[in-house]
Amino acid sequence: MRRVYLDHNATTPVHPEVAAAVQPFLGELFGNPSSIHWAGRDVRKAVEDARAEIAAFYGCRPLEVVFTSSGTEADNLAVKGVAYRPGNAGKHIVTSQVEHPAIMNTCRFLETQGYRVTYVPVNRYGVVEPDAVRKAIERDTILVSVMAANNETGCLMPIGEIGRIAREAGVLMHTDAVQATGKVPISWETLPVDLLAFSGHKINGIKGAGGLLVRRGVELDAFLHGGHQERGRRAGTENVVGIAAMGKAFSLLRQDMDAEVAEVRRLRDAFEGALFSRIPELVLNGHPTERLPNTVNLSFRYVEGEALLLNLDMLGIACSSGSACTSGSLEASPILLAMGADPTDAQGALRFSLGRGNTDEDIAYAVDSIGQVVNKLRAMSPLYHPREARAK
Amino acid sequence: MSRGRILAALSGGVDSSVAALLLQRDGWEVVGVSMDLYDYSKVTRDREGTCCSLDDLYDARRVCDTLGIPYYVLNLREEFRREVIDPFVQEYSAGRTPNPCVLCNEHLKFRALLRKADELGAEGVATGHYAVIRKGKDGRFRLFASPDASKDQSYFLFSLDSTRLSRIRFPVGEMEKAEVRKVAAGAGLPVYEKKESQDICFVTDASYARFLETKGIREERGRFVDRDGNFLGNHKGVLHYTVGQRRGLGIASREPLYVVAIDAEKNEIVLGTEDDTFGESATVACPTFVAGSPPGKEFRATAKVRYRHAGAASEVRVEGDRLTVRFDAPQRSVTPGQALVLYDGNEVLGGGWIECAGASRS
Repeated sequence: MRRVYLDHNATTPVHPEVAAAVQPFLGELFGNPSSIHWAGRDVRKAVEDARAEIAAFYGCRPLEVVFTSSGTEADNLAVKGVAYRPGNAGKHIVTSQVEHPAIMNTCRFLETQGYRVTYVPVNRYGVVEPDAVRKAIERDTILVSVMAANNETGCLMPIGEIGRIAREAGVLMHTDAVQATGKVPISWETLPVDLLAFSGHKINGIKGAGGLLVRRGVELDAFLHGGHQERGRRAGTENVVGIAAMGKAFSLLRQDMDAEVAEVRRLRDAFEGALFSRIPELVLNGHPTERLPNTVNLSFRYVEGEALLLNLDMLGIACSSGSACTSGSLEASPILLAMGADPTDAQGALRFSLGRGNTDEDIAYAVDSIGQVVNKLRAMSPLYHPREARAK
Repeated sequence: MSRGRILAALSGGVDSSVAALLLQRDGWEVVGVSMDLYDYSKVTRDREGTCCSLDDLYDARRVCDTLGIPYYVLNLREEFRREVIDPFVQEYSAGRTPNPCVLCNEHLKFRALLRKADELGAEGVATGHYAVIRKGKDGRFRLFASPDASKDQSYFLFSLDSTRLSRIRFPVGEMEKAEVRKVAAGAGLPVYEKKESQDICFVTDASYARFLETKGIREERGRFVDRDGNFLGNHKGVLHYTVGQRRGLGIASREPLYVVAIDAEKNEIVLGTEDDTFGESATVACPTFVAGSPPGKEFRATAKVRYRHAGAASEVRVEGDRLTVRFDAPQRSVTPGQALVLYDGNEVLGGGWIECAGASRS
């Protein structure tokens, strides 16, 4: 069976050059980067080379890069790191209603610890409006955290403007750039944000490594206590394989991100266009243009997202639905609901996210399969009447 | 060449796991599914022994990994709330003792899963129930009790009709439990030693009353009365009692007292002697028959008034949309809200819901 992977916002395949680059760390380069001796030294160099690559990509200083185990940990470090600073207990945080659970649930947790959080709503495209953030900032606000791009809809947020508002108010600004990184340009020099989270496996690296950019002068309290790694900001022996992989992945991005993005955008647009021309009663969730070049989130009316997703899986096509609950079953995406989507549409939404390696043949196969499955499922739906639908 | 695709409904227990295994050996393309019925993040995480807790989903997934088949958790929370929990709460608060497992079988395991089977291009659904389906000479499908009477679950399946039965399979239905465990162990399925499930899956601890309170059914103390309406004492609220119950009444009496009837409207519980708990007949609402219609206006059958009931020889009369079932000998604890299932020997004829019981002496 043909296999087509259209779920790159979940994770990406490891790039062959990344896989090659980490081989030495599965063999002779086994040392602990904190060791003084030869075994540690070579490995430490690899960690610092990776840090330099990442710094070069974002345009920050190497020492502004803090390695973590994941994007989620980076988000936790940003939010808790600010919240736990002396004097910040019980104060106020501003975030949005469409953040990744890594931010959302961290904020909910802090609420149980006495902090106050404002979850700013989004407009119907799923975009956080800067003015809403301005209004949400209070006298004791300590942090504004708004994602750079939404993982489900791909919507791009005006983080430059939001960052300026935060800065004017003297409030720190964090952005979760896990999805944006590698898909849209990010320049640390011009972006008025203080903290920025990223992840290695979303850019063809290896799972288990991420990081946080921390602008020089910004103080964070560590929440993992132990050794002095990462200059005391994140204890624990470094995930050398993951970090080296991330370094290679960022260096590849520096070489060919523009070309890759252009190709992925071309395929995504072809995919989206073919679906819209072939399938009636299709709804685009999110902004038509201000969106990641690889993502399209669609509601197929009169079809349950779950049924469509499982049928596509059985045809070898990997995509995803908004959110999975603890059991692994699917539920209506809170992000689409926050955008004011019709609950039935939200339940029927699927996210397709393309990436490096997808081809025109992949897209043709996916479009055909989706068309067939949607027709089959609509034929079973007591609610779908094609003639009326077309007449509308 | 595959015989086609079939959904195996997996509870995480040994029976449904072996059912999936046997179908796979039989040449089916098996797709494992479990039903996500309830927000388990809101109940304790370490409950074993119920139908489908998070631990059980883990076990089901590991079984599918072992079999090398896909596994999906299907979100049926909305259906479960509508078809099982709400009626359960309603029935209970009306003083009846409902059987949510029958409702769950009818509405979810079979109706909703057969719909999922259609959606996923599967021919039918298989479960680990102990019951037997056979195709009759007339082409109709018939339902029988499992030969292992101690495991038989046909009672819970009475509402299936021939059309649905044609798409359902019970691969372990005729096996002995010990044999099922042996097959599981032989195939290296990680669940071969798992204990049986029993509790109602959405009631988080043993107390129905606590669950029902979370659903806004409030506790109201009321009166215990005897059969003549004389005051005997106070009860904690009707939710705490079921017909036939003897323990925990807290009333001193020369003879042991039993719950004979529950009048939710008056918030009264009638207590009586053991003899008083026997009923001579039952009125059965919403009857259904596997064959589509009853065998006659009047017929003889064996009636089971609850799951573990041995069965009572009975005379059944069809009266409009109800059945009157007259037991040859009075039966203990004929409980409104429970299913009454009619058998002809081993064959399930059909059944319905006990509306009221006819007292033995009046």
